[in-house]
Amino acid sequence: MKELSSHFLDIIENSLKACASTISLSICAHIDKNLLEAVIEDDGIGMDAETLQKVSDPFYTSRKTRKIGLGIPLFREACLASGGTFEIHSELGKGTRIRACFEISHVDRLPLGNMGETVVAVVCNVHFKRLIITLSNSLERFVLDTDQIKKIIEPVEISNPEVLCWLKQYVDENVNKIFGGVLDEITG
Amino acid sequence: MKSLAELEEIRKKTLEEIKLRTAKGGMRIVVGMATCGIAAGARPVMNAFIEELKKRNLSDVSVTMTGCIGVCRLEPIVEVINPDGSKVTYVKMTPDKAKRVVAEHIVNGRICADLTIGAAEQQ
Repeated sequence: MKELSSHFLDIIENSLKACASTISLSICAHIDKNLLEAVIEDDGIGMDAETLQKVSDPFYTSRKTRKIGLGIPLFREACLASGGTFEIHSELGKGTRIRACFEISHVDRLPLGNMGETVVAVVCNVHFKRLIITLSNSLERFVLDTDQIKKIIEPVEISNPEVLCWLKQYVDENVNKIFGGVLDEITG
Repeated sequence: MKSLAELEEIRKKTLEEIKLRTAKGGMRIVVGMATCGIAAGARPVMNAFIEELKKRNLSDVSVTMTGCIGVCRLEPIVEVINPDGSKVTYVKMTPDKAKRVVAEHIVNGRICADLTIGAAEQQ
């Protein structure tokens, strides 16, 4: 994967498969600490301790179409390669929480990438219900709750192409606003 | 800057358009979006479909994503499902190929035979 946003999409897809009704993705740039923190949290079915131990193993997957599962191992590698940390917590019946930190100026930190496309892809999943995104730096904060959007456009569906194109641009503009000049790859 | 207020406009416009729905209604585009698909570039492909549908005002064709179909080496994979349930599987997709599938298959009903899994497996 070439972008953090691709990893986020991949991880969120696990949440969707775990029947999550609300997924929250929060990305925060702690400029003073040179740290980019991403937390993905869901209220899906969760995992027991035994399964949780296995998820970082590429040769473990719950799926039946192929025998390997690289989503979490790749994401974890991307964190560690940039001098960051990776934590995963899960409780059966309650949900799962992943916290990934990256050293902002590390040469091997992946660029944030196309967040708008990631949000659109999540919203298009048949199991999608609700996504809350929080973007913040030390001074500013942006929150997007898809339930709020659904309420405004009702009875038009959020998966309508017109709405999706708006959503993509709305997310991208706010990514630039919050992370422009903070992350090297975003000029703002 | 995009604002939430614009959504109200989109809502009104879309509701008016719904009255003018075409026979293309009920077609579904399904993009494989597991780790293998994402790494191979499925996300920009999905986005190209959405933008092309918007451009052509085909709001009654749905775009959804699915997990791994099982042939990771041919990702990005896209299935186009007709209203009668019959299905065409396109492989090794790109944003440009996505635009072609919308123009030829979705709009004109002509399958892009050279992009299908059948064509790829014969090579």
